[in-house]
Amino acid sequence: MTATTERAVGSDVRRIDGPAKVRGLAPYAYEHEVDGSAVFVALVQSTVAKGRITSIDVSAAQAVPGVLAVLTHEDAPRLGDVAEELLVLQSDRVQYAGQPVAVVVAETSEVARDAVGRVVVRYDAQRPDVDLRADRDDLYPPEKLMGGFETDSVIGDVDAALAAAPVSVDVTYETPNEHNNPIEMHATVARWDGDVLRMWDANQGPHNLVPVITEAFGITADQLHITSPYVGGAFGSKAFTHVHQLIAGMAAKVTGRTVKVELTRQQMFSLVGHRTPTIQRLRLGALPDGTMTAISHEVVEHTSQNAEFAEQTATATRLMYAAPARRTTHRLAKLDVPAPTIMRAPGEAPGMYALESAVDELAEALGMDPVELRLRNEPERDPERDVPWSTRNLVACLRQGAERFGWADRDPRPGVRADGRWLVGTGVAASTYPTRRRPSQARIEAVPGKPFVVSIDASDIGTGAWTALTQIAADALGVPMDDVDLRIGDSRLPKASGAGGSTGITSWGPAIIAAAQELRDREVPPGGLTVTGSSGPGDEAEQYSSHAFGAHFAEVRVDRDSGEVRVPRMTAVFAAGRIINPTTARSQFLGGMTMGLSMALHEEAVLDATHGHYANHDLAEYHVATNADVGEVDISWVDEVDELHNPLGAKGIGEVGIVGSAAAIGNAYAHATGRRVRDLPLTPDKFFR
Amino acid sequence: MREFRYEKAIDPAGAVALLTGEPEGAYLGGGTNLVDLMRLGVATPDVLVDVRQLTSTEVEDLPDGGLRIGAAVPNADLAAEPRVRERYPLLAQALLAGASGQLRNRATTGGNLLQRTRCTYFTDTTMPCNKRDAGSGCGAVEGLHRNLAVLGATHEGPTSPHTCIATHPSDMVVALRALDASVRVLGADGERTVPIAELHRLPGDDPARDTTLAHGELITAIDVPALPWATRSRYRKVRDRASYAFALVSVAAALDLDGSTVRDVRIALGGVAHKPWRATVAEDALRGGPATEAAFAAAAEAELAAAAPLADNAFKVPMATNMITRTLVQLAEARA
Repeated sequence: MTATTERAVGSDVRRIDGPAKVRGLAPYAYEHEVDGSAVFVALVQSTVAKGRITSIDVSAAQAVPGVLAVLTHEDAPRLGDVAEELLVLQSDRVQYAGQPVAVVVAETSEVARDAVGRVVVRYDAQRPDVDLRADRDDLYPPEKLMGGFETDSVIGDVDAALAAAPVSVDVTYETPNEHNNPIEMHATVARWDGDVLRMWDANQGPHNLVPVITEAFGITADQLHITSPYVGGAFGSKAFTHVHQLIAGMAAKVTGRTVKVELTRQQMFSLVGHRTPTIQRLRLGALPDGTMTAISHEVVEHTSQNAEFAEQTATATRLMYAAPARRTTHRLAKLDVPAPTIMRAPGEAPGMYALESAVDELAEALGMDPVELRLRNEPERDPERDVPWSTRNLVACLRQGAERFGWADRDPRPGVRADGRWLVGTGVAASTYPTRRRPSQARIEAVPGKPFVVSIDASDIGTGAWTALTQIAADALGVPMDDVDLRIGDSRLPKASGAGGSTGITSWGPAIIAAAQELRDREVPPGGLTVTGSSGPGDEAEQYSSHAFGAHFAEVRVDRDSGEVRVPRMTAVFAAGRIINPTTARSQFLGGMTMGLSMALHEEAVLDATHGHYANHDLAEYHVATNADVGEVDISWVDEVDELHNPLGAKGIGEVGIVGSAAAIGNAYAHATGRRVRDLPLTPDKFFR
Repeated sequence: MREFRYEKAIDPAGAVALLTGEPEGAYLGGGTNLVDLMRLGVATPDVLVDVRQLTSTEVEDLPDGGLRIGAAVPNADLAAEPRVRERYPLLAQALLAGASGQLRNRATTGGNLLQRTRCTYFTDTTMPCNKRDAGSGCGAVEGLHRNLAVLGATHEGPTSPHTCIATHPSDMVVALRALDASVRVLGADGERTVPIAELHRLPGDDPARDTTLAHGELITAIDVPALPWATRSRYRKVRDRASYAFALVSVAAALDLDGSTVRDVRIALGGVAHKPWRATVAEDALRGGPATEAAFAAAAEAELAAAAPLADNAFKVPMATNMITRTLVQLAEARA
């Protein structure tokens, strides 16, 4: 092997999976025809949110021609020792509205749906409690937060520092329940080949599912084969095992057939998780020159009766700004809701919305430019861990963003600009997202005269991983991209981490590089050669604080008659390590920013206090941004290579785009109108409060 | 979802005869609303009678200068029709404010009139809803009602069989209400003409019924009478996002000025009631008076005085007041 001859990394390569996708040739989970004789599953969901099933009459459903089986908690296969939220059809207990209480398997999906309507379920129901309030007397601290973060962090005497601060703000921000809405609904095709469970599934990494599914069905990892080459978006909702995957395995077992399960859009609101609502109290203290003296961020959020999901909402506050006295806390209310899950930048997205809004309010209280206030409080080292940054270029992002956006001429006074009936304002907010890597393995098969087969159970959920990993492999092998035959998305490939936490490139890329290095000094014999490589977190995680950063700028217009909000332009600059592919990277940033805009203006799943269900559980009523909502978007990045963290010098880019974007829009809204709306989304009704 | 038969008739009378004999059947037009409701189990017809090719797809001139719109004219075609754009700008604007390009290609004019409410308690068969399941109560009054009615609703509490705060979702119908359109209807006993004011109804004590049509009656055409001064007209829709959302509040208005005096005016509201809401109180207050922002605002406030909002939709009252005022100001400022 020779050294790299041509650099694919860093060049604008179009998606290698694009042509197959636009031609309809890239099979998504539900499209796997398998043996052409698949049968179909439909779900009976609980109409109550809390209580017990007192009876289920399935006789009418079973009598429908074409119905093969109706499973209930009375006769469904028993599952192994899996998390409580996954114990589907295992007891008469109902813990959330929409919980599956019976499963129909039929020859056609139409028959299955027809039969669902004929199952009669009676309940002993209780009124659910779905009300998240900061003054509940049953809030409790979870043992740990998701990601292993400490629940609370306290440095110094925060209350004394706040009391002594010449300038301070004390504000409470709220974010609502939000739901992931990838284009592809969750789908699983399952079949038992003897004692081997074969699945074609939409997920964020087949290996993510293996521990739960093997435990649920009492099989070994060798007895489970999951294939997931193409996934139509996920955002976190496909990271973990959900009940539909277990239902698919159960239904296939009972009927002995290949079973297809596809959730409806409506079902996704109760069965694949959501982002918890949050209530966040921010108290910031500062000297008149803007130097922060105290930062307090107290979070109240919810989890479910059947799971403890503790979103790490205030963890970004632990590192953003220097201040001698600091505190973050997280408290949970256990409510009668479905289990929450991760949604693009869990923790950072809601947490940085609140922090960056409060920082803007502090700037206003200080009479100081909000960019300048951030620059003034830039910490030299991680302020809580007391370790150096591997790289931190927030200052460059803020300066370049201000330049590109035209921030310099900004009139800081709120509510004084108009263009016709539009009130006009601008806002800024910072972004951050952790840089991490997870254990991953890769294999390369070299045969003279043939492309290198590079195998890793990585996952492309629409991010561009197919392309970026091929670029990385080509450079590592010193060959053109055409000489790389990448294989991903299969549990029989070398084990790799899932697509989540913006860790894909930093985890999978180094594993591929490690495998390629095994080939470098070796002659490939005529019969071929197979090498493996692995990568995982090293000392860097302890030695350094590693994060991507960014700065968002937004212009907002609010119609003074209707309260309608428009965002004609957004500028963002990111410092996110080496960019593998500018084209797909820009798409990731753009997608994150659009999702942040959607969070700012539109997204809210409303829990019905009486019935405990998400009342607006479809895309007609749960609004996500449309093309018409997105204006001019200016995206760039600073030159940054973080080789202290990983050999690629890359950072994750999937989530840093959403973080802070809602705050920039909220701050611009306040600048436009002179009024702070401290609970998302910024729907027109809130203008009339 | 229930199994159903699919039928075609050779002419409108045949379709009427077919459906009149099928008490649980339904007409199929563009299907953009009905098919969704069937998938959700909200609509459960046992037979669909396809009428898409039975009624006219033409827009014809009426002797008085008005237009007759065939019931099967697609929304997209109607919005693009030059005579509509010229004579009734508010109607073209209303059509383009509705749904998406794909849906407008598919949706018919007749079907647009008969859309069902998008109230989430109506579209969820596990929830109480007097409109879908008579007597089951109303989940919305104590639940999600941010985008429901503030005018003409029936609110006797969540368990009353009469309570209904649904809104009519159509944009087009708001413009047609302002234009005093009439609907030509074919029934088992022949043809009749229904003024659009009498087509849709308030929930009263029978929220299950959206319209005054009898089962089996088929809309064949919509007549829009001449209104020369409708060239100075406008449809303004306020919604939660820039496109593809139902109205929080919409205003269809036309203004006829005599110098700075209001000679005549038409105002209809969408998103606020069980039917398109003709703002007759405001019209009466304005006719013969000054065309000033103060007068427009006073008239709008008078119209909304009858509003009885709930906790989460009270914003619609000032929003509708503002939008009536602003729309009339813009029309007064526009050159005819």
